[in-house]
Amino acid sequence: MADLSCKIAGINSLNPFWLASAPPTDKKYNVVRAFEAGWGGVVWKTLGIDPPVVNVSSRYGAHHDQNRRLLGINNIELISDRPLSVNLQEIRECRKEYPDHVIIGSMMAPIEERAWKDLAQQIAESDVHGIELNLGCPHGMCERGMGSAIGQVPEMVEQVTRWVKDAVDIPVFTKLTPNITNILWSAEAALKGGADAVSLINTVNSIISVDLDSMVPEPMVDGKGTHGGYCGSAVKPIALNMVAEIARTPETRDLHISGIGGITTWKDAVEFMALGSNAVQVCTAAMIYGFRVVDDLIDGMSQWMDDKGYTSVEQFTRAAVPQVANWNELNMNFDTKAVINPDNCIECGRCHIACEDTSHQAIAMNVKEDGHREFVVIDEECVGCNLCYHICPVPDCITMEPVKTDKPYMTWPEHPLNPMRQAAE
Amino acid sequence: MTILQGKQVSKSGASHGSGHIGHNDPDDGFSDLHPAYSTLQAMAESNRCLYCYDAPCVTACPTSIDIPGFIRKISTGNPDGAAKTILSANIMGGTCARACPTEVLCEQACVRNVSEDVAVEIGSLQRFAVDHLMARDELPHPFKRAPLTGKQIAVVGAGPAGLSCAHRAAMLGHDVTVFEAKAKPGGLNEYGLAAYKMTNDFAQREVEFLLGIGGIRIEYGKALGRDISLGALRDGYDAVFVGVGLGATNELGLPGEAFDGVDDAIAFIEQLRQTEPKSDMPVGNNVIVIGGGNTAVDAAIQAKRLGADEVTLVYRRGAEHMSATEYEQELAKINGVVVRHWAKPVAIKANGKLIGMGFEKTELQNGKLVGTGEKFEIRADQILKAIGQKIKTDDLAGMEIAGGKIVVDENYQTTASGIFAGGDCIKSGEDLTVQSVEDGKQAAIAIDAFLKTA
Repeated sequence: MADLSCKIAGINSLNPFWLASAPPTDKKYNVVRAFEAGWGGVVWKTLGIDPPVVNVSSRYGAHHDQNRRLLGINNIELISDRPLSVNLQEIRECRKEYPDHVIIGSMMAPIEERAWKDLAQQIAESDVHGIELNLGCPHGMCERGMGSAIGQVPEMVEQVTRWVKDAVDIPVFTKLTPNITNILWSAEAALKGGADAVSLINTVNSIISVDLDSMVPEPMVDGKGTHGGYCGSAVKPIALNMVAEIARTPETRDLHISGIGGITTWKDAVEFMALGSNAVQVCTAAMIYGFRVVDDLIDGMSQWMDDKGYTSVEQFTRAAVPQVANWNELNMNFDTKAVINPDNCIECGRCHIACEDTSHQAIAMNVKEDGHREFVVIDEECVGCNLCYHICPVPDCITMEPVKTDKPYMTWPEHPLNPMRQAAE
Repeated sequence: MTILQGKQVSKSGASHGSGHIGHNDPDDGFSDLHPAYSTLQAMAESNRCLYCYDAPCVTACPTSIDIPGFIRKISTGNPDGAAKTILSANIMGGTCARACPTEVLCEQACVRNVSEDVAVEIGSLQRFAVDHLMARDELPHPFKRAPLTGKQIAVVGAGPAGLSCAHRAAMLGHDVTVFEAKAKPGGLNEYGLAAYKMTNDFAQREVEFLLGIGGIRIEYGKALGRDISLGALRDGYDAVFVGVGLGATNELGLPGEAFDGVDDAIAFIEQLRQTEPKSDMPVGNNVIVIGGGNTAVDAAIQAKRLGADEVTLVYRRGAEHMSATEYEQELAKINGVVVRHWAKPVAIKANGKLIGMGFEKTELQNGKLVGTGEKFEIRADQILKAIGQKIKTDDLAGMEIAGGKIVVDENYQTTASGIFAGGDCIKSGEDLTVQSVEDGKQAAIAIDAFLKTA
């Protein structure tokens, strides 16, 4: 079995799987269960200055598919609603009882130097491995000038990061909000403030659904609803892009990244790490299935590493980053065509109608003499868009085959049809 | 009375719903063969549908219901919309969902058979949708009548073909009078389908629902040839539709056929459908059923469920030649029916009362079925004949009959102008409710065109 131990922001972890700061890490009871289940670390649910916040009922909304599988959740819960001293005492106990497991203290405070520094020091004294700055919460706390209200202003991100770095001598993770126009601005600000790592993404601002009987957004609080933070597998693509942007940009690439956002399976985790994450945080998958999902996260990643011959996670961390390019760097002369394997085709016709109605009319439907239908790609019309490949319900029935060509690698800046063309060197 | 060959509920899992009944409580044996889907089951199954384009299942349905379309509506939480999609193509979609041999129609064509070896259970989904709509009594009838034409149409027979024709004709703005020989509407849906396929008086509820469109009047106890004649109807109405089914049964041609205890299976099923409680229905201890179609199977299973000790179904050819589907044959075996192939009845044995039947084994010689000379006997105190029905020609004077069916052109018009026909009494597709519904619907459309040009 491959070695899954990893190191992020100078912290050693048994494996790359931490529970993100959220309800699952709200108290010792849960954290103990998580460590027993195999999680390498936890980011304790965000701590604030007393008196504790008060939460509402209910708190979660859901985005289901038609089979009632959860694609995403949003929530309007605030930070920990338990007294700071209780949380810190339980953190101390957990650190003593599980010395090999990582505990990071998440925190937020109003935009005042003293508040950030005092709270950070109290948390550090509880023996946490590091501190994560919650600059992302998009509901409730931001209306009080915290969370994403800070995270959306790069100068404030830099400022609070610096305050905390000055106050404590343990690693600091700046947790970023996706509710911005360009993640690089906040990442650069965190870097300037001295962050050892960035954690991303926090939840995405959202209204997840509307109850059509009461005409109230979900989750409903006595006849009213509000925007909440969206999480779960549905937000994974947003998170992956932001992680990759930070990892591939020269100014920010040296930041360690704790990848968060819809990580549900070991494959998701590998993708996050291949695109720049040094470790990952999971929340929604655990909330849906319980802490036991870590078993397959560990086992799946380990099996995959064995299959690929990787002996440490560092060997594939950031392996996909060099292949992330700007559109302008793509080869305009590369061409693929869909190929339909008639032996695998079940004749559902979905490739035909999708292409016919919405793409390039490149899949013909021929009715044969025996009544069976044959779907044939018209190569001249096929632009290699991938739509049929993705909608086909049968794996490997449609493949995308590169067209053999002797044309050179040519980008748009070099392309003859580009009026702004630059001479190829 | 016609027999509907090849008519049964379809289900991939033959074992469920085959509840054995003891001799003491026959009524238990006639509850739903397949329990209705819950909403959760309907959601799960509807999401298995791939929403095929130009779907093979639609082509396989005689009424061409937009199956992917209605299943998608179920999956999005729109079951009443799904029901309207079904009923716009097949106003008796509720009966067809229960009684169609879906395993050889829509479900046989499902692409999931190729990818997973298990079809989407289209019949159960159709039932879910139609039942959902029909349960909402507060809703108006889902179809509106076109502006009234003032034309009067006579329909002979309140079976699936006649009622389907009447409904579509009413929808097109015509007024319809239906003449029915029996006391109740529904035809074979009321009298000919196995009781466990049509529970809860569904046939009557469906007719009531169908009549909700308005413009349809039914006169009961009006038999063709006795109370009404085609000539008089043609004179009194703008057009006539004949949906009389197959009124006569075939005979074995053996001495003793009129003996007490030798019955038509179709009459047995009819009597059982009309008997409540089912335990009041008399049945023999040792029952022989002759035939290879679904009426034979239906009769055999129901005799067993009524408490017969031994039920033997005898068919003159092999299992692969039976018109009962594989599923239906399997259902017979699960219900404890002994099925014997390759034997033909040669004698009815009686000794004051019926005691049994003599058979001769058969085989194929050069493609021809012949007796082998080897004989055996099976004891019986009841014999049910299910060897097919035929048309009663006496009352159909004026129109051409060929191959035992009324001849119609491509517009369902008989050789008598203005008289149309459909259902089992013509040669269209299989003798199935779903085919009769399609015939009636298409005939009404043809009648409408005929009336516009007349």
